[in-house]
Amino acid sequence: MIEKALTGNRLYWAWLAFLLLIMGVGALGYVHQFTYGLGATGMSRDVSWGLYISQFTFLVGVAAGGVMLVLPYYLHNYKVFGRITILGEFMAVAAVAMCLMFILADLGQPMRALNVLLHPTPHSILFWDMIVLNVYLLLNIVGGWVMLNAEKKELPPPKWVKGLIYLSIPWAISIHTVTAFLYCGLPGRHYWLTAILAPRFLASAFAAGPALLIICALIMRRFTAFDVGREAISKLVTIITYAAILNFFFVGLEFFVGYYSNIPGHMHTLDYLFFGLTDHAGNVYDNLVWPMRFSMVIGMTATIALLFPKMRDSYTKIGWLCGMIFVSLWIDKGLGLVLGGFVPTPMEYITEYYPTGTELAITAAVWATGFFILTILYKVVISVKLAKES
Amino acid sequence: MDNSRRKFLKIAGLSAIAGIGAPTAFNGLLKGEALASAPDLEENVLKGEVGKRYGIVIDVRKFAENKALARRCINVCHSIHNVPDYGLNKDGSKNKKDEIKWLWTDGFENVFPDHSHYKKNADLHEMPILALCNHCDNPPCVRACPTKATFKNPDGIVMMDFHRCIGCRFCMAACPYGARSFNWRSPRELKADGSYKHIKNFNAEFPTRMRGVVEKCNLCAERLAIGKIPACVEEARSANAMVFGDLNDPHSEISEVLNSEFTIQRKPALGTNPSIFYII
Repeated sequence: MIEKALTGNRLYWAWLAFLLLIMGVGALGYVHQFTYGLGATGMSRDVSWGLYISQFTFLVGVAAGGVMLVLPYYLHNYKVFGRITILGEFMAVAAVAMCLMFILADLGQPMRALNVLLHPTPHSILFWDMIVLNVYLLLNIVGGWVMLNAEKKELPPPKWVKGLIYLSIPWAISIHTVTAFLYCGLPGRHYWLTAILAPRFLASAFAAGPALLIICALIMRRFTAFDVGREAISKLVTIITYAAILNFFFVGLEFFVGYYSNIPGHMHTLDYLFFGLTDHAGNVYDNLVWPMRFSMVIGMTATIALLFPKMRDSYTKIGWLCGMIFVSLWIDKGLGLVLGGFVPTPMEYITEYYPTGTELAITAAVWATGFFILTILYKVVISVKLAKES
Repeated sequence: MDNSRRKFLKIAGLSAIAGIGAPTAFNGLLKGEALASAPDLEENVLKGEVGKRYGIVIDVRKFAENKALARRCINVCHSIHNVPDYGLNKDGSKNKKDEIKWLWTDGFENVFPDHSHYKKNADLHEMPILALCNHCDNPPCVRACPTKATFKNPDGIVMMDFHRCIGCRFCMAACPYGARSFNWRSPRELKADGSYKHIKNFNAEFPTRMRGVVEKCNLCAERLAIGKIPACVEEARSANAMVFGDLNDPHSEISEVLNSEFTIQRKPALGTNPSIFYII
């Protein structure tokens, strides 16, 4: 089936070439980081995780979002998702691939990455995260590929693959829960030390993943003959709306607990992210204030807008609103959550983090690689589905 | 009717078994590294009293009397352990980004952020307080490490295996005391004359590190192995400012000091059980 990805129009090749260019620039950046060390990034003793880990966290959510299609389609036999579910599974594949690349990019000694397998350590959450992510990758690539192959050959899919697909449903929940546990089990990091972190991760995931999927589906509808169908999009919009509402509700809960309890540790990071923190010398630290406020405004605006039928009556409007929700959640989780957790430090210093050019190039390259994988997989899907229909 | 009742009993029985089994399985998962719940506090402290458990008492008053002492302790620690010094940035400020430190001084409000600073004693404003790895009895860093590159010795020291560390920095996020440093760049960078650029007095008896691994105070495990006491304690001994010893030995000097003096620990509410005590 993969040969379907080897034929395409000029736009297809131009898009792949563009992604390859970004990947090439990032590869050069990585050579520099590999030889110099992680000091080539903006990370420091105080902010010891940066863009890589925050992107990783966000993308675990995008990957888990695929379950919002798999569950209704396979478990409830919801036929409307017949054409779009495979897109969700393959998006999960691309997203988990990006997660793994971000983890590797973040390691100080990447050549030793397999030590995690050589010295399995069940009391480390990172060990479990490695397991759940790799298995989820496998479940989705095998499940998606086998189903598509069966469809192409017009044969019933083998029975065992259903088992894998059913397993992928709770597994999707597990990847984001375990990823939340990376953070919420650490003493002394108040912003992360909250039991609602895993539910909040899942809620934002079930909005961000499907939002990106709709954008992809609309792009494909524009440039190819492949249409996932109006009903599928509209059902997905409903899912996104409610997941986003839950997410913002959870954010509100964090605000209540922090400011009503008035415990300084619970307020510090929220202060830093939304209002700016002032140190004893009177310096103000607020580099994430405008992105975080922007994130809340566009996210909540789009979510409220989606509740009105008038705002869902055209693909253009849906595309824009989904884009706003995706960007909003990306800022909230892909920047604020991880970076904010380090401010202030356990010794109550305030250090701001700014990524370097090298770091940005590597980050862009990982995203480009993810979209490269996604494009190839989607190309195969479209070719198979269209060939069958014509 | 019968059938459904049997089904119900089956499910109820299975859930009960799972319910009984789960806590055991969960404890096994944590391998005794975590404090299970608050009421077990006493049991938890007792657990640490098997075998040796090394600790230090720092008498902050003595360091206040002798302002140069802390710097001397830091210098001897950093020099025997080949801790690199990345000096200043181009604009003359301290290079905090690459900084590596095992032992350092900080303000009272930074070392003890949970203590009130309201109307605090004037002496405390100026007092340099030594900070270092707390060699917790319940180390969150050990729990977090995915490769056992950081682990607890039977004598209570939290150690680092520089050769196993993959540089994920999970331990740095987990440490509530900011005790861990990362080699953001190679500390082995050489000058034109072949000497180390960032290590002033190279000590051939202790390894240098490579870039990409985490490091921290090891309570001078290499000195304890040959019957010496930690270098900082030795330096502070003349001023009687630090006491080192086995916390589990009721007759050790440190136990006697802890018996007779009022001491505090950093962030005791987190349940980490630090082995470093402070007399303020």
